[in-house]
Amino acid sequence: MLITRRAEFSASHVCAQPALTPQQNRELYGPAANPSGHGHNYVLEVTLQGDPDPVTGMVFDLKRLKELIQQAVIDPMDHRFLNYEVPPFDKIVPTTENVAAEIWRRLEPHFADKGARLNNVRLYETEDLYVDYAGDHP
Amino acid sequence: MRITRRYRFAASHRLHSDAFSEAENRELYGKCNNPYGHGHDYVLDVTAEGPIQRGSGQVVHIPTLDRLVSENVLRDFDHRYLNSDLAEFQALVPTSENIMRVIESRLLAHWRDVFPGEWPRLEAIRLRETKRNSFELKP
Repeated sequence: MLITRRAEFSASHVCAQPALTPQQNRELYGPAANPSGHGHNYVLEVTLQGDPDPVTGMVFDLKRLKELIQQAVIDPMDHRFLNYEVPPFDKIVPTTENVAAEIWRRLEPHFADKGARLNNVRLYETEDLYVDYAGDHP
Repeated sequence: MRITRRYRFAASHRLHSDAFSEAENRELYGKCNNPYGHGHDYVLDVTAEGPIQRGSGQVVHIPTLDRLVSENVLRDFDHRYLNSDLAEFQALVPTSENIMRVIESRLLAHWRDVFPGEWPRLEAIRLRETKRNSFELKP
């Protein structure tokens, strides 16, 4: 069975590589390369997979899941400039793909040996663009 | 990793097959067979899959994907009467299922021209005809 919890955070970022020229960054990232940055209302959907516990009837305690997402993702990222305030985005470009993979890395250890396992992280940057990461392609 | 980009187009169509009589067409397609057609605000989701490219941090170069979809799908489909304006639907009923197949074929015909490497691949396309009807296809 799959269970999904949704959370939101608002953050700013700039997508550019220091090794590239402004023109090259513009070609690669479009307006996301504008040097002063811009922001999004990110929507995160965290999906767990597991069998309901026969006693509690739950795959995972959704209160606990809410707290884990809050501590691992929302507290550090909400209302922050990702490039300046949230490692590793001082070193890697905070594309939607990289932010989703980082969220997976932050959440995944919490579900080892707990019955439910992390199945998917879906991160919407806008309503028209989202990524799904299931720990596959590194 | 999979990345999904959403596009929209508005188009009209009429479901009618020369294989059937007028009465059979009305029976099979119902109000979708009304003689002058009708339209929808279609929502098209295109999902690409691949590894995150080191350096760029991208699975797919979005402006390239946007151009591919725009030039091969949206330009011909948006604000058109599919039955008369598109060559593919001269002999093919423009049901959502068939629209999906045409979109798949158009995207795959040019995919490797703009994405020449092993990745990204076209993972899925989804078409929402109305809020209550949606279709998904994996090439």
